[in-house]
Amino acid sequence: MSDVADRVKKIVIDHLGVDEAKVTETASFIDDLGADSLDTVELVMAFEEEFGCEIPDDAAEKIQTVKNAIDFIEANQG
Amino acid sequence: MFDLSGKCALVTGASGDIGNAIAKALHARGATVALSGTRTEPLEKLKAELGERAFVTPANLSDMDSCVQLIKDAEAAMGQIDILVNNAGLTRDGLAMRMKEEDWDTVINVNLKAAFKLSQAVLRGMMKRKTGRIIGITSIVGVTGNPGQANYCASKAGMIGMSKSLAQEVASRGITVNCVAPGFIATAMTDVLDDAQHEKLNASIPAGRMGSVDDIAGAVVYLASDEASYMTGQTLHVNGGMAMI
Repeated sequence: MSDVADRVKKIVIDHLGVDEAKVTETASFIDDLGADSLDTVELVMAFEEEFGCEIPDDAAEKIQTVKNAIDFIEANQG
Repeated sequence: MFDLSGKCALVTGASGDIGNAIAKALHARGATVALSGTRTEPLEKLKAELGERAFVTPANLSDMDSCVQLIKDAEAAMGQIDILVNNAGLTRDGLAMRMKEEDWDTVINVNLKAAFKLSQAVLRGMMKRKTGRIIGITSIVGVTGNPGQANYCASKAGMIGMSKSLAQEVASRGITVNCVAPGFIATAMTDVLDDAQHEKLNASIPAGRMGSVDDIAGAVVYLASDEASYMTGQTLHVNGGMAMI
């Protein structure tokens, strides 16, 4: 597993307070991990901070799963 | 009670009478204040009067990019914003049948859209810190209406609705969003009225007098304080009993 994936998963586990086993790459923040829409905003903010990148609103809307987040960050890391 | 030591507040429209009083009151309770407005001179004067813990961050709120920039400027000056007071506002009065579209847009943009943009931009830091206060200065006429002020009343009613929505969105993160709705307040704007007009006005107010800017500032200090942490989505009407809502 990549370093980005580990860090993304750690943020998700910490922020949503969910069991590590539930945080699979295909897990949806809202449907599988019990996040509400405000949690997803906060997750994106946390990703931005962790990876020092800016996630524009239109991209943020598409980040619905753990894999979406990992893919976006890997594609946009400098 | 109502101690604001260590808190940082941005007050828009701080060059006006009410904004000036709000900034002074927050500062007197220990807050660091960023003073915003379009006219730099009165802001600098106020800063000089306040001494320490005061910054001048001018902005033209009819421009939405300037709103976002203002939040950045104030955060850069103070480190963070714990309290945002959306006080800036203007009027372009006229009967609805004669009202120019431009006058409608100007009032809605500065009084309502800028308040939204500023709130949106300030929420990021507040969400992270899990605490914050957004306070909108609306008006009694936003609830009662007033002939000749369709644009102004719409903007002030809009601010109340917007605040209620924001309040519901961020309440779980320790952020409160409230409004203060002044009635008639003695300012430079009301000084131009003659004695007969004053008398007529005062007769319509159960308290028998116009309010002072400090009456408004007191309500803002309360909403900004830790003591008001369980109050959100509300509008405090400060109007001498003129309208009991």
